[in-house]
Amino acid sequence: MDKSQLLLWVGIGLFAIGLVGVMIRRNALVMLMCMELMLNGVILSLVTFSQRTATLSGAVLVFLIFVVAAAEIAIAIPIVLLLSRQRRTLDVEAYSSLKG
Amino acid sequence: MSLQTLLLYLFSGGALFGGLLMLVAQHPMRVALALISSMLCLAGIYAMLGVHVIAVFQVLIYVGAVMVFMVYVIMLLDVRDPSFLRRYSHALTPGVVAGVLLAIALGMAVSQLPGPAPASQDPEGAAFLIRPFSVEFLKTYWLHFELTSVLLVAAVVAAIAVIKGGRRKDG
Repeated sequence: MDKSQLLLWVGIGLFAIGLVGVMIRRNALVMLMCMELMLNGVILSLVTFSQRTATLSGAVLVFLIFVVAAAEIAIAIPIVLLLSRQRRTLDVEAYSSLKG
Repeated sequence: MSLQTLLLYLFSGGALFGGLLMLVAQHPMRVALALISSMLCLAGIYAMLGVHVIAVFQVLIYVGAVMVFMVYVIMLLDVRDPSFLRRYSHALTPGVVAGVLLAIALGMAVSQLPGPAPASQDPEGAAFLIRPFSVEFLKTYWLHFELTSVLLVAAVVAAIAVIKGGRRKDG
């Protein structure tokens, strides 16, 4: 199989696994980690395309994604901490009142 | 089959296996360790593609900063909370079906890509070596680079605001 084709398949697999994880797991922290896995799949496909066309803009975009992911975690973790301080659990079913 | 192809398959399989482990592992700490191994396999793939900058960032930022932070939080929170014993929510079947459908749809799009890559201009990825990459980065994309620092400052301020606001409401 072509190398870039294989890596794109891996990226798709990681994205789909992450999406399934976000939907089926109950623990809030595990859901966050599955989102990170989705981001990793996207980054892999970006790097593959960037390397295939030998352009730098894809790699620069990956750097920006790293920064955004770090900022996202820095905000998401305090929110999870506050939530667990309120109800003493990380199970998202306990927060179904947030559905509105 | 050359060693390089073998390693590529090995790292790809490792990344996917780590992802699957994340779905079935019960304790959040095991999920975090599976995610870390998956990310390390991805860093290996990037290094083999010649994109060394991204491989280093993957290890430094993702594994070194984000996941260590995550592991700390798991150790901090998971003392008396037994809720992780129930792994799956009610959306188990529809979630898996939706994920498989999405993978099939995206895979059909990928398989329609124009065949093997046009022999790229620099097979060793000379454009991605540290020196040309950083020169080009700071010449062309300096504004974006500076804007990321603004984003990081905003994130720090927001995190402090979230924690302080929550503390005030608690009493």
